[in-house]
Amino acid sequence: MDYHSDTIAAIATATGRGGVGIVRISGEKAATIAQSFLQQSPTPRQALYSTFFDENGQAIDQGIGLYFKAPHSFTGEDVFELQAHGGPVVLDMLLNACLAHGARLAEPGEFTQRAFLNDKIDLVQAEAIADLIDSNSEAAARSALRSLHGDFSKRITSLTDELIKIRMFVEAAIDFPEEEIDFLADSQVLQQLDDLILSLKGVLSSANQGALLTEGVRVVIAGRPNAGKSSLLNALAGTDSAIVTDIEGTTRDVLKEQINLDGLPLHIIDTAGLRDSSDKVEQIGIERAWAEINQADLILLVFDGKKEPNFDPKNDWNDFLARLDRQDHIFLVQNKIDQTSESSEFVSDGAYPLIRLSAKLNNGVDLLKQELKSFVGFKQVEEGTFTARRRHLNALDTALTHVRLGRDQLVVANAGELLAEDLRLAQEALSTITGRFSPDDLLGEIFGSFCIGK
Amino acid sequence: MEYSKLYDVIVIGGGHAGTEAALASARTGAQTLLLTHNIETLGQMSCNPAIGGIGKSHLVKEIDALDGAMAKATDLAGIQFRVLNSRKGPAVRATRAQADRILYKAAIRDILENQPNLDIFQQAADDLVVEGDSVKGVITNMGLTFRAESVVLTTGTFLGGVIHVGLENHSGGRAGDPPSIALANRLRELPFRVGRLKTGTPPRIDARSVDFSVMQRQPGDSPTPVMSYMGNVAQHPRQIECFITHTNERTHDIIRSGFDRSPMFTGVIEGTGPRYCPSIEDKINRFADKDSHQIFVEPEGLTTHELYPNGISTSLPFDIQLAAVRSIAGFENAHITRPGYAIEYDYFNPQDLKHTLETRFIDGLYFAGQINGTTGYEEAGAQGLLAGLNAALRANGKEQWYPRRDEAYIGVLVDDLITLGTSEPYRMFTSRAEYRLLLREDNADLRLTEIGRNLGVVGDERWSFFQEKTEAIAKEQARIKSTWVQANSEQANKLNDLLPNPISREYSLEELLRRPEIGYKNISELDPEHVTREDVAEQIEVQTKYAGYISRQQDEIDKLRKNENTVIPDDFDYEQVSGLSNEVKQKLMTQKPTTIAQASRIPGVTPAAISLVLVFMKKASMKRAISVKETN
Ligand SMILES: Nc1nc2c(ncn2[C@@H]2O[C@H](COP(=O)(O)OP(=O)(O)OP(=O)(O)O)[C@@H](O)[C@H]2O)c(=O)[nH]1
Ligand SMILES: [Mg+2]
Repeated sequence: MDYHSDTIAAIATATGRGGVGIVRISGEKAATIAQSFLQQSPTPRQALYSTFFDENGQAIDQGIGLYFKAPHSFTGEDVFELQAHGGPVVLDMLLNACLAHGARLAEPGEFTQRAFLNDKIDLVQAEAIADLIDSNSEAAARSALRSLHGDFSKRITSLTDELIKIRMFVEAAIDFPEEEIDFLADSQVLQQLDDLILSLKGVLSSANQGALLTEGVRVVIAGRPNAGKSSLLNALAGTDSAIVTDIEGTTRDVLKEQINLDGLPLHIIDTAGLRDSSDKVEQIGIERAWAEINQADLILLVFDGKKEPNFDPKNDWNDFLARLDRQDHIFLVQNKIDQTSESSEFVSDGAYPLIRLSAKLNNGVDLLKQELKSFVGFKQVEEGTFTARRRHLNALDTALTHVRLGRDQLVVANAGELLAEDLRLAQEALSTITGRFSPDDLLGEIFGSFCIGK
Repeated sequence: MEYSKLYDVIVIGGGHAGTEAALASARTGAQTLLLTHNIETLGQMSCNPAIGGIGKSHLVKEIDALDGAMAKATDLAGIQFRVLNSRKGPAVRATRAQADRILYKAAIRDILENQPNLDIFQQAADDLVVEGDSVKGVITNMGLTFRAESVVLTTGTFLGGVIHVGLENHSGGRAGDPPSIALANRLRELPFRVGRLKTGTPPRIDARSVDFSVMQRQPGDSPTPVMSYMGNVAQHPRQIECFITHTNERTHDIIRSGFDRSPMFTGVIEGTGPRYCPSIEDKINRFADKDSHQIFVEPEGLTTHELYPNGISTSLPFDIQLAAVRSIAGFENAHITRPGYAIEYDYFNPQDLKHTLETRFIDGLYFAGQINGTTGYEEAGAQGLLAGLNAALRANGKEQWYPRRDEAYIGVLVDDLITLGTSEPYRMFTSRAEYRLLLREDNADLRLTEIGRNLGVVGDERWSFFQEKTEAIAKEQARIKSTWVQANSEQANKLNDLLPNPISREYSLEELLRRPEIGYKNISELDPEHVTREDVAEQIEVQTKYAGYISRQQDEIDKLRKNENTVIPDDFDYEQVSGLSNEVKQKLMTQKPTTIAQASRIPGVTPAAISLVLVFMKKASMKRAISVKETN
């Protein structure tokens, strides 16, 4: 079954693990892409130490290029691998260059899927593929969107609405020319197109300044009052920025610190202890805590091991779990082991990964850092936040290209039908972020807004 | 009694779907019987007397490309022709004709009666002969049995029809035809999913009671367009004008005063009407701030005074209809010849069909037209042609066919119906076609005629006409590629007037034609060798101008081609696909898409879900291979 032919690319290693990062490319264009990265033709199965160049001939990084010719590769297709030194930002630049060379971003699990479909791995190995492919990729896209700044996601939603509105006018003018609504003829559409181009450019440029890509992973510390959350923030950041007292409800606002784990930026966020409170200020603090928890890439759920030995959120704090829409990012921290005379250790066989430590005595905090890195890293192998964000930027870029082309078609050739085609493609690009928008949805918008029909 | 002649195909119903079905079947050489309850109503236009329009004319041209009747009949019956969107690009241009009802009917009747291999018989069908899982014939209401290999059912709104005027209602088919109750009951016993839809018509008006002098005139286009590729203006009858008038505040007040007796607002009507063609009461209710609505006043023919006021379909009580009509400019003294009404009717969920329009439950039984939830003559005719063709192919043991979404609007229509179903009367719009730039009115023949010829449904006359045209196009394309214009030449100077910057180097005519400022007419003036056939010149211009967009859409299609060709086995078990959400599983199990491409078009089926299905399909085939080895 020869199903695929287009060329896919992805970061194939955990970002931020330090050492080597791998970008993998599979498909028909692998050889041409290799050629432009290396500025020489690759020889199959030979490691080549080289500078990696982007599409404009600028050097990005140095490392090893490896080329495998179909069918003698992991996926059974032509495969090119870039092994680079760089951290997440460099890997992202390499990935972006792959896209500029004509590859598209791989879907989660897609390399393995190709390998299976091309008879490169057997039935038993393939059992695992189902776990890699999240059947609900639109939900994944949405959660990646949520992980971006709230502001960014608002802007994407509003520019998608702008686009739909223009399409509504353009398509209505084409499909209902007898309805006294020829929007293509007036200047309104042109004005709206110019506004949309500005919005798209605005979002892209603020994103490309790097804020987005270096934003890193959001780690939210949550738990009951006095569990030792603020103490843990201080221990991780090596500062005294959070106030620590033995009074329950000390922390009343959100506090953020940034640390860097071997190139992987972590935002550590301390929050107010969660409980029913009648204190107005504390209530607001708890609301803010929830807002952070809902945007977390990872939750450090801290509990006091002396007060709640054998704490299991499923039995002991179901209210907390019930308010989350996913649970695969919870990491349990049993604090205050100095009081229970336990030693610091990592336990991975429970429902959630668990680490025992003492925040106050700084015992086990390095171990936590270590485990955090691999926990976050593991999650990023298939569809990390970086790749997800790259996906979004890429979609925005494609959308912008089409809106511009379409505008030209309208202005230069008065070709409304070509504008419509470019707007359709722009929408298709944005739909990888926002979910599918079908022709029937568009007709629904038109009939909802204009009185059409005879 | 059993009728002695054995047929290949029986078509039940003589509307637009039925006639195209019977003709297509007979054109392939299949022995065909058209069974209609009334020969006099063959080719009848029961709604407004117009053919074509945006999206619809595309279907008519595709029917024509496959040698069907609709476009030919339109050229013989059209009394006003216009090209809509003429100032927009060719991909969205659409021809629309106002037809004389009587001439149209006569043209269709003539084509039917002169079609070899086609018998017509007047008798209502009461029952189907079903043996095992296959249909074997039809029993009429006087007990006569006709046997055939395939049966095409095109009974329109006749199934379970209920007509509403105000709060009064009675059972009936369209415009006075009897509903086929026996057949409807029989079909309900079969496992098809049945739904209910609603559509409406306006009151008809006697032209002698209308003052046209206060209305806006709407003449046909000049030069007069034609509908069929082989048609010409000389075939047209006398051309006349249409008119436009408007509703006003007073009309709206009168209509509002009847809301409490509206079958729609009082919940008497349960069927879903279309979103796009609301009745006048719906328009006034939903768009309260619009103080006026357009009405197209369309003559029904050259030999009748009846007018069709397009835009005021209504099911309000007659007293309200009359008062509302008479409040409109030009209609002050109007006499209504037939009251407007709404009709509710049964339709069969088209998701129970295959893309060939054969039902999934009974082999050899095909459904086409309004019975599948569509509205419009063009949509009906297109389905009829496809169903009739496939019924005939099946009867003769040949492989069946349907166009893909990138080949024809018929493909879009059928794929939408089968993959998505419909919850309102389905009408074609160009925005439904993602490959709109490829699926143009001007090239339906280039897309379909050769395929139709190979399937046996295109006759010799059309085939040689088509071959001449394609040869001329190829020749002209070669010429403009190899004819050069030098900078500063006399020819270049002629063109420079049109261009923002003068021509600075040597260009081929093709390159010049790509520029938005230059048309085929401009380059044809440079060289006496140019073609004179207008349809050829049009092709040259359109294909050159769209070249970039066409090749991009072609790339998109090629990428998806593999998905179209990856067949999901009939017995594929979605239950075993772990990782699929229950919702997606449910959708795939009820819809049973036949290819991966179809599966991916089902709403809610994500690319990731498709990946999983592919992986498990492969697994299933590996397991099968292993177990075959073991049994050997
Ligand atoms: N023995 C011991 N005490 C600790 C440890 N970590 C924190 N504490 C103490 O527990 C108390 C509460 O610590 P905080 O860090 O303020 O706790 P919190 O979870 O931020 O509390 P709120 O902000 O009120 O929700 C303080 O008195 C800390 O000194 C630890 O590892 N061992
Ligand atoms: Mg605190």
